[in-house]
Amino acid sequence: MNLYKQDTMLSEAEIQAIDHEISLLPHKKAGVIEALKIIQQHRGWVSDESVEAIAAYLEISPAEVDSVATFYNLIFRKPVGRHVILLCDSISCYVMGYDKLYAALQQRVGIRFGETSPDGRFTLLPNACLGCCDHAPAMMIDEDLFRDVKVEMLDQLLSGYK
Amino acid sequence: MNNKKSMQRPLTEHIQQGRPPLDLKGYERTGGYAALRKALQGMSPAEVQQLVRDSNLKGRGGAGFNTGTKWSFVPMDSGTPGPKYLIANADEMEPGTFKDRLLMEGNPHQLIEGMILSAYAIQASVSYIFLRWAYRQAAQLLRKSMAEAYAAGFLGRNILGSGYHLDMHLHTGVGRYMCGEETALLNALEGKRATPRAKPPFPQVSGLFGKPTIVNNVETLCCIPHIVNKGAAWFKGLSYSEDSGGTKIYGASGKVKKPGAWELPMGVTLRELIEEHAGGMKDGLTLRGVLPGGASTDFLTKEHLDIKMDFSSVAAAGSRLGTGTMVVMDDATCPVGFVHNLQHFFAQESCGWCTPCREGLPWVEKILLSIERGEGREEDMELLRMHTRLLGPGNTFCALAPGAMEPLQSALKYFREDFENHIKGKKCPYT
Repeated sequence: MNLYKQDTMLSEAEIQAIDHEISLLPHKKAGVIEALKIIQQHRGWVSDESVEAIAAYLEISPAEVDSVATFYNLIFRKPVGRHVILLCDSISCYVMGYDKLYAALQQRVGIRFGETSPDGRFTLLPNACLGCCDHAPAMMIDEDLFRDVKVEMLDQLLSGYK
Repeated sequence: MNNKKSMQRPLTEHIQQGRPPLDLKGYERTGGYAALRKALQGMSPAEVQQLVRDSNLKGRGGAGFNTGTKWSFVPMDSGTPGPKYLIANADEMEPGTFKDRLLMEGNPHQLIEGMILSAYAIQASVSYIFLRWAYRQAAQLLRKSMAEAYAAGFLGRNILGSGYHLDMHLHTGVGRYMCGEETALLNALEGKRATPRAKPPFPQVSGLFGKPTIVNNVETLCCIPHIVNKGAAWFKGLSYSEDSGGTKIYGASGKVKKPGAWELPMGVTLRELIEEHAGGMKDGLTLRGVLPGGASTDFLTKEHLDIKMDFSSVAAAGSRLGTGTMVVMDDATCPVGFVHNLQHFFAQESCGWCTPCREGLPWVEKILLSIERGEGREEDMELLRMHTRLLGPGNTFCALAPGAMEPLQSALKYFREDFENHIKGKKCPYT
């Protein structure tokens, strides 16, 4: 199976979740972002096929869906690893030395920003201010937040994500 | 400072680090939802609006506009076709800012009660919390608290038997700083790209889905229950300052001894914040500059330490109070690298809607990077200065680019020799 292809049909569960979101809105089209979130939750990322499936379901053009999908940085239009690392690169983390963490992460995981490790375990992304500047530097792995992160902590931190 | 006379901290009084926030019962035991009863059972929407206007509460998202006055632009005649909307702007993404996270994780019911009261004041029937994705814990806590509020009859149909109905939804975003801009937030909630809208019409008249809408910052909304409970005069009295009532959640990050956030009377001095609350600079370092209210505010320096941290005093010193959470720059940090980091952020977060911002910010970022790397040219200084004019107020759709220019223009003023040393010496003197 081609890694870059996804189902052209929405699943029962996806439709149910999208329908729920649409029911809260004055018109279907307003549900694009919610639909993208739901698809990503089910499929890990959003392929061209998924963009077309959402467009067909919401009765708008694939270009309209893609214009939204490509605008928001946490909608992934390329496959990502099993775990996504978001490293804060904003000003307080800059002052507190996030660059040392970045260097250490590159060494340990073998990838730079925007890349996924060959074993599909991690994708590494920079992220704008995570809002814990008094505990900089900070990073998230999937939905978990880590604050006051030191290089020495990385091995143990990463070992929790297989 | 605990020895100040009768220091009150209404917003954070019941927040304890390391302890889960109060559930509905716990919140009610501290006097929670008493304001809601008081308003819904004894005050008209106009009276709530007037009370908030009299309290001199000013928007805590950074704009500093009188909240009650903002509400007063919402059409209140019964002929207005509904629904009207009340939105909590919880898209806290201003670099250096972490106060709304504290309020939502620490006391989610306080925000919900503030929203219900505010929605009542403008007679909104639907409310949203627009929360940034990264705040996962806040999302969980708010969902749980909203469910509790529905179950207790504080949300939904006929709240407390008053005949007033309000629904509340949590919308979690999918990134982008632009979503914090009021009109871009509305576009995002409508499922569109978060680009700003032209004003007028203002959201108060034509906002979400074309309906009258109020967007208020989390900290602003959290003040409302306390104002309704204790009155406008009490709220004004909390402040050291004439220009805004209430307390303020201040914060500091960077190389200070004790980074953190503190609720203090509006108008404490920058010196008190840095030297007392933040514990001063880490050993061996001295203070070089401060962004007083997040990434999009002009630098202040040592000479400004005695100014009051309120809207008008910070403005008089050439900057903005912004979010009140400051980023401190020490003397071992390169100002050029510091400003480059800021401009990288703004260039990346520009929505691309208008040309000066979309084209200008990446240019500024590139110039700064070349200077930082020792590849800068003398004429780059003039290029940077030109951008601070061309990307300044009046030339762009929204405040993103003008905000980006604030730390740049003040860095060129206060740290000019640092830029010139990079260019002359062909390297960064700090590495």
